[in-house]
Amino acid sequence: MTEQGVALRKALVAATAKTILEHAEELTALDQAIGDGDHGINMKRGFEAVVADLDALAPKPWPDFLKGVGMTLVMKVGGASGPLFGTFFMTLGKELPIGPTADDVIRALRAAIVAVQARGKAEPGHKTLLDVLVPVVEQLEAGNRNLDGMVQKAHEASEATKPLKAIRGRASFLGDRSIGHMDPGARSSALMIAAVADVLKEVA
Amino acid sequence: MNRVGIVIVSHSPKVAEGAADMVRQMVGNEVPLAWCGGDPAGNLGTSVELILAAVEAAWSDAGVAILVDLGGAETNSEMAIEMLPAERQGKVVVCNAPIVEGAVIAATEASGGSALDIVRRTAEELSPQ
Repeated sequence: MTEQGVALRKALVAATAKTILEHAEELTALDQAIGDGDHGINMKRGFEAVVADLDALAPKPWPDFLKGVGMTLVMKVGGASGPLFGTFFMTLGKELPIGPTADDVIRALRAAIVAVQARGKAEPGHKTLLDVLVPVVEQLEAGNRNLDGMVQKAHEASEATKPLKAIRGRASFLGDRSIGHMDPGARSSALMIAAVADVLKEVA
Repeated sequence: MNRVGIVIVSHSPKVAEGAADMVRQMVGNEVPLAWCGGDPAGNLGTSVELILAAVEAAWSDAGVAILVDLGGAETNSEMAIEMLPAERQGKVVVCNAPIVEGAVIAATEASGGSALDIVRRTAEELSPQ
């Protein structure tokens, strides 16, 4: 395992955890509007656990590292976000080779989305994290790999969940009253994408 | 006879325990039964780790039927099933049924020695089709 790989994995976790921790209250407030109000605190607990495990996780090759991150989120986040984000990272780990290329990453991202979709029994347009993940990956698949463009797409897509009516998750109980609020899972996805992009820009 | 085990997974440990009390009153100790509730920090929510422990506690070679309340309980239960050893995965199902009524009727069916798919179907008859 290269030193750069270990440093990159540490930087990615640190940046992702930092943004989740900084925005935990905002995520909880979004979830209080249309869910059960635990998204921020749950995600915070999950990422704190990943950070606590980082010295053991970061030296592992990409597939095992990502599976480890996913498993920690599954065990520590609770809510529906734990299995959803956990499945996302575990599938990335399962799909990536040890020395992944950009093409490998995009292909693995698509597989991870398919797995999240199956786990949550949700489709794009249901006001979930998929409404950020799907358009972002579609843009990458279309050949636009600009990191700023990826972040912009993620933020636009999370904003675009506001007018949607929730079909899945606790927010779906609210029916039309879920309209007008941003989906918390979409917001946390956009935050994580921005954090990952910041780290990748430094190494690119 | 090996009877199907029942696991009750609620966001609230009080709901899960209360539902389990009602099951016990109906079927006594004839059916393996376990419950869990609360997230990994002990707040309202569900935890894969606790669900795995409950499935282990209610384990039966005839299989285990899980009753859940809200979305996260279902998603976490499905995640837990996938994390079971391969030979157990096919023997655990999540029932699409109301948690309290579903647990009581599933346990009643299980106490008669019915197979897992019958137990599940009986519980799911409670849900609007």
